[in-house]
Amino acid sequence: MAAGAASGGSATTDTYKEARTWLLLPAWVTLAILVLAPVIMMLIYSFLTKEFRGGVIWEFSLAAYDQFFFDRGLFGDEPPKIEWTYITIFWRSIWQAGAATLLSLVIGFPTAYFIATRSENMRPVWVFLITIPYWVNLLIRTVSMKFLLRDQGPLNDFLMSIGLIDSPLHIVNTNFAVQLGLFYSYLPFMVLPIYAAVERYNFALSEAAADLYASKWTTLRRVLLPAIKPGVFAGCILVFVPSMGSFLAPDLLGGAKNFMIGSLIEEQFKGNAGNWPFGAAASMILLTMVLIILMFSARQQAKADKAGAE
Amino acid sequence: MASKQFDIKTYTGFKGITLLCLVILYAPLVVVTIYSFNASQSLTNWEGVSLRWYADVFTGPESAKFKTAAKNSFVIAIIAATTATTIATLAATGMVRGGKFRFRTVSFGLISLPLMVPEIVLAVATLIFFNSIGFERGLLTILLAHIAFCIPFAYLPISARMQGIEDSYEQAALDLYATKRQAFTKILLPLMMPGIISGFLLAFIVSLDDFIITNFVKGAGVETLPTAIFGSVKQGIKPNIMAISTMLLSVSIIMVTISYFVSKSDNTK
Repeated sequence: MAAGAASGGSATTDTYKEARTWLLLPAWVTLAILVLAPVIMMLIYSFLTKEFRGGVIWEFSLAAYDQFFFDRGLFGDEPPKIEWTYITIFWRSIWQAGAATLLSLVIGFPTAYFIATRSENMRPVWVFLITIPYWVNLLIRTVSMKFLLRDQGPLNDFLMSIGLIDSPLHIVNTNFAVQLGLFYSYLPFMVLPIYAAVERYNFALSEAAADLYASKWTTLRRVLLPAIKPGVFAGCILVFVPSMGSFLAPDLLGGAKNFMIGSLIEEQFKGNAGNWPFGAAASMILLTMVLIILMFSARQQAKADKAGAE
Repeated sequence: MASKQFDIKTYTGFKGITLLCLVILYAPLVVVTIYSFNASQSLTNWEGVSLRWYADVFTGPESAKFKTAAKNSFVIAIIAATTATTIATLAATGMVRGGKFRFRTVSFGLISLPLMVPEIVLAVATLIFFNSIGFERGLLTILLAHIAFCIPFAYLPISARMQGIEDSYEQAALDLYATKRQAFTKILLPLMMPGIISGFLLAFIVSLDDFIITNFVKGAGVETLPTAIFGSVKQGIKPNIMAISTMLLSVSIIMVTISYFVSKSDNTK
């Protein structure tokens, strides 16, 4: 949703030019105090010393980052080895988010394409149907998913009653359940940008390819796909980024074995770990990764825009 | 079959996948809604239709907790959405009707910042911020955090709407000696209403639904509906949770539907 309505700028006028500063001031102040300042404060906290049972001592320290990357033994006096625990958790998060993105792409691409090729009156209705569930509370959606997938849940009941399986499938507390939960959380983010791209696509190109005896799948792969690549790319980013830092899906559907970054961070503030600088450092590492991905995608988008303009 | 081969827009199986997609999206919600009417004490057995779990939400052992949580949720959502919509409407006017200026890109970046920062990171940052300035956690910290992340959700439909309204109406008013303030309040604002209502409703839902940030910045013992539900679910899914979920998901769906039809309505003609 962020992708479609972004920037714009085509219809800008200067009717209220003199009042501009005053009009924008409340937004600047609110967001600077409540978003920008907190992120800066989080960066500072990640370099402070931890206070037991939460909070910090105002003393510079690299301990949080050191703990993240290096293992110095139980008493901290051994030569540093690479600490794999947290890197593994980050790696698992990337992997799970990647799998969820792939799943969203496999289901979302045909869906977006199908919607974009409906009649002009029907398209908004389909888009509306796809987006409604997104606006239902994420917690409720995740709980509903868990209820549906439980060993004694309605899905297993149904599959057993039609004789497809003999004993219940164990889906909850697996990696797959988390991927399914993430897919369910962010699917509209995949469908909407691809839909927007296909809707703008000029189908005369596909017809030309067909006239030159390209098969339908060749046309899809070599003509349509390159043309709508920016939309597909945007969809993947919009699913991948929130999936990586998600908390509810891994917490409720994954169980203890499928720990992801979100749970690691949460545990430092709400759980038993109580290490604020470490939680701040892990958040900073996640934020840095996300900003790198967003910058990279902005560059790709700019490149695609430039190629489109030529 | 030969004619279908030349219908280059249609791919076999795409319709099937779209329908599958809808089934996946709606099945969990439909199942929970159905089971919320289950008369049985257990989750697994179906024992006929009943409203007992709805009654349980309002009069059962957990009803006091849910009542307070619901009140907190709605009060916060109304104040946060109203404040965020006001800020967003002013900002959209500055951005869309303020001409070209140097900080335009920076301003847009700042407004969309809450969408780009992962929610859990924003939650941590906000908690740390309130802690560092010695602000005691409670309802007020939840409200402030909600105002911040509601702004982009209110801003996007409002600015999209404003970009679709030609400024000739305002110019005509100005030519007829209306002041800028009058042109804004008497012409632009009424034309903007569908976008503003749509933005307000989206901000309202986002605030009502938020779990992660609320969970971090709430004080001990202060609950909103999502945090209360999460607390209950941690001890296992119970039938009364399904009843309360069904009510909450109905509120969201009704509001989104209103927002959809309002934003589609065209009052510029």
